[in-house]
Amino acid sequence: MNQTRRTLLRASMAAGVATVASAAGLLSPRAVLAAGWPKPAFEAESVDSVLAALGGAEPNDSQDVKVQAPDIAENGAVVSVTVETSLPNVESISVVARDNTRPLAASYLVAEGTDGFISSRIKMRKTSDVIAVVKANGKFYTAKKAVKVTLGGCGG
Amino acid sequence: MANKPMKIRAWVDGDKTQVKAIIFHPMETGQRKNKQTGKLIPAHFIKEVHCEHNGRDVLTCLWSTAVSRNPFLSFRFKGAKSGDKIRISWTDNQGEHDAGEAVID
Repeated sequence: MNQTRRTLLRASMAAGVATVASAAGLLSPRAVLAAGWPKPAFEAESVDSVLAALGGAEPNDSQDVKVQAPDIAENGAVVSVTVETSLPNVESISVVARDNTRPLAASYLVAEGTDGFISSRIKMRKTSDVIAVVKANGKFYTAKKAVKVTLGGCGG
Repeated sequence: MANKPMKIRAWVDGDKTQVKAIIFHPMETGQRKNKQTGKLIPAHFIKEVHCEHNGRDVLTCLWSTAVSRNPFLSFRFKGAKSGDKIRISWTDNQGEHDAGEAVID
């Protein structure tokens, strides 16, 4: 297949979609924000710097944020993590595995009308806390859950 | 390599719609070695996932290599009815992309 042609097609298609979306007024500020993958946050190597990169250097522990994860994960490559919060106006939910080389595993931008609920699966290098960081009403709230990992899931 | 189409299930539950999806993707961390050659397998992972209902983003996922292989995702949102379409699209760090649609039960 002609690779240049593919790339060109793809680029023009993407541009087309963006134009249509902005013309239709679909690009809310949130959507614009979503267009960027937060590289500094994902490359941060400690929980503190992840929080700083996300813009919430001093989060509060909250009873209204709940993290569900297994007490013992036999396989660190597949750890089910569910984050649920009853806080109103949730803007984003981030999942952080404290002792991973790069702690931030995933960040979810929650639109209006979408529940403060996310369930997915992450990899964990070793036993550590899983921390949920919820941004609601412009403030950051956290909750954590200790997960014991018997077999690490990040390398070979 | 999107060799298998993603699976999406969505259904109305009270005033909310539940969505569950599995995307088939290797989600390589870039830290694993090929056992035969001893060379590192380059990182290959989904960076962004957009979940839309009637063209409106209901959830955007920003992912790193720490999301498990063949990522599973579950979430809920308000404002959809049975028969509406939900569309999930993703892009990875190597520029590959794919999308899937499902009708809400």
